[in-house]
Amino acid sequence: MVAQLEAIEDKPNTYTINLGPQHPAAHGVLRLVVEMSGEVVQRCDPHIGLLHRGTEKLIEYKTYLQAMPYMDRLDYVSPMAQEHCFVLAVEKLLGIKPPPRGQYVRVLFAEITRLLNHLFTVTTGILDVGATTPALWAFEEREKLMEFHERACGARLHANYYRVGGVAMDLPAGLAEDIFEYMETLPAFLDDMEGLVTGNRVFKQRTVDVGVLTMEQALDWGCSGPMLRASGVAWDLRKAQPYEIYDQLEFDIPVGKTGDCYARYLVRVAEMRQTIRLIKQCLEKMPQGPVRLQDHKVTPPPRAEMKRSMEALIHHFKLYTEGFHVPAGETYTAIEGPKGEFALYIVSDGTSRPYRCRIRAPGFSHLALLDTLSRHHMLADAVANIASLDIVFGEIDR
Amino acid sequence: MADIITYLWPLIWILLGVVAIIVPVLLGVAYLTYYERKVMSAMQRRQGPALVGPFGLLQPIADGLKLLGKEWIIPSGANPVVFIFAPFLTFFLSLVAWAVIPFSAKLVLADINVGLLYLYAISSLGVYGLIMSGWASNSRYAFLGGLRSAAQMVSYEVSMGLIMVSVLLCVGSFNLSKIIDAQRTVWFAVPLFPMFITYFISILAETNRHPFDLPEGESEIVAGFFTEYSSMNFACFMLGEYANMIMMSGVACILFLGGWLPPFNFWIFAPYVQMVPGPIWFGIKIAALLFVFIWARATLPRYRYDQLMRLGWKVFLPLTLFWLILTASVLEIFGWLPKTGL
Repeated sequence: MVAQLEAIEDKPNTYTINLGPQHPAAHGVLRLVVEMSGEVVQRCDPHIGLLHRGTEKLIEYKTYLQAMPYMDRLDYVSPMAQEHCFVLAVEKLLGIKPPPRGQYVRVLFAEITRLLNHLFTVTTGILDVGATTPALWAFEEREKLMEFHERACGARLHANYYRVGGVAMDLPAGLAEDIFEYMETLPAFLDDMEGLVTGNRVFKQRTVDVGVLTMEQALDWGCSGPMLRASGVAWDLRKAQPYEIYDQLEFDIPVGKTGDCYARYLVRVAEMRQTIRLIKQCLEKMPQGPVRLQDHKVTPPPRAEMKRSMEALIHHFKLYTEGFHVPAGETYTAIEGPKGEFALYIVSDGTSRPYRCRIRAPGFSHLALLDTLSRHHMLADAVANIASLDIVFGEIDR
Repeated sequence: MADIITYLWPLIWILLGVVAIIVPVLLGVAYLTYYERKVMSAMQRRQGPALVGPFGLLQPIADGLKLLGKEWIIPSGANPVVFIFAPFLTFFLSLVAWAVIPFSAKLVLADINVGLLYLYAISSLGVYGLIMSGWASNSRYAFLGGLRSAAQMVSYEVSMGLIMVSVLLCVGSFNLSKIIDAQRTVWFAVPLFPMFITYFISILAETNRHPFDLPEGESEIVAGFFTEYSSMNFACFMLGEYANMIMMSGVACILFLGGWLPPFNFWIFAPYVQMVPGPIWFGIKIAALLFVFIWARATLPRYRYDQLMRLGWKVFLPLTLFWLILTASVLEIFGWLPKTGL
């Protein structure tokens, strides 16, 4: 503290402003202490923890099924991606695999979530550099996507749809067709949005060469996802270590060259187009069959069966009171979330509750970069940088 | 007694004139907010105000009443006198400028010979309200906003001044009515087209509108110089800003679009367009320019501070200076300089 004060006193021309936590560009509850000289940022110090809810500790006291909703509430812009990671981690510990249809449904919704996230990030990023219209357009599209969430599981945002061994319930009749139909129209929306933004000279002036992240820096700082790819590293966990059915689907990894805010914007938009491709493939290839594992030690039996089978009743009772037991062991399971490598380190001690559940949030390591990216930039560039980092405080503060 | 009445009559007439201008202007301001919200919502695929009154037409009134009913908050560190005075100054300045605007050949409150100079002076004073509020708020956001707006308005006034001079060269008078009269054959927007565009962009900057709304760039400095304001104080800034927008569009109409002159005033159209009175044409032209203001707001991202300064000083200033010299040379060479009798 004293050292900090002295450092400020040494530089009489700087002054400090407190940006956030209630600030329109804070993307939630980011608090930045920015030391500036004039309009130029000399140092910016992110303060986190304002949305800390103790998720990791809470999960230790919940059964694996009860822990699931916490995943939705981490990064609330892309809820299903975290659920996906959680079920994959627990399945790895249990040594089970969901039936193919379950895997396809999961990947389908993971990719819809990616669309939700990128639509949000890209357009609110544009909002932060001053253009209001794309955000309002995108929120309408997000609404349509959330309706698909709603039709599948009843909740728009906090879905709680994935289950260890599959998903909670099968897609309702007609949903697959509607999603496919919608995916036919989405590229036109992206073209519209890009027409307003991508070639816009003011937008380019605000983002090109702003917050440049070199390939080395990106690797050193533990970047992942679009942040890493915008800096030129073609690293995508869906390709590098395919999980679920990603090895059966065709898609490309968009890679940026310059590593600036503009490249990050372009990478995200290109990813959305790839995601549309993935969703269409999922829908086309989706096999028939159960969406959940029929092992009733892990997944609940059908309700009708419970009326006549004592065994089913016992399974149901045990699953919803004690929960299923997971063999002792530990796992680090990572998925390619919309924001980057989202991972869970779960330690199981053989009971029905995780002994430890450490959450690796991609936004956390990205936020650490903010100072590096924003130094000696204008204040407005710092805001553009925050937007391009794609941070959500639900997952950073956990 | 008779003397008093002879003095009093003009005074009463002037007061009536002032009321006759200010009431429509304030109504215009109120409905400009409605116009803006409706146009922007149409561009953004949403409805805009639709609940208060038919088609949401009473929304501006509701907004005004809401602001009136709010608490006045004066930050403890603020200088209360300057803090309260600043928004009223802004508001006052945005209204007094209307005195010289001609609404038709006869409809003008003060047909003074230095009308354009008066307008220029008033719009230059506008910066004081902003910088005073930024200073008096004792907040860093407000201070930064105040500094930005001061720098911005000063920069763009330089090129605006040069643009006005090139118009003046073609007219030979500062009188706004004469400027309009000089456009009977062709609006200045045609021969001075680049200047018209530059002028329009400059008034976007001058009124702190998108893409130059840095003084109040909400994603960086929250609300700029009026971060700390609330209630009627805040409303005064908003009213001032919108009144300024209308006024600046009005000036742009007078300088480049022939003010109250009807468009298409030739051939078979002439009798029809002349049936519409001048003030209505003037209003239509202002509304068209305001539409572009709103259009820009719905479309463009915001400039960065240094980019804004670069545009002002390194692009507009040389461009307007060059065009001024070009205009002067052309007028001199072809002997088209207006006869002023000087």
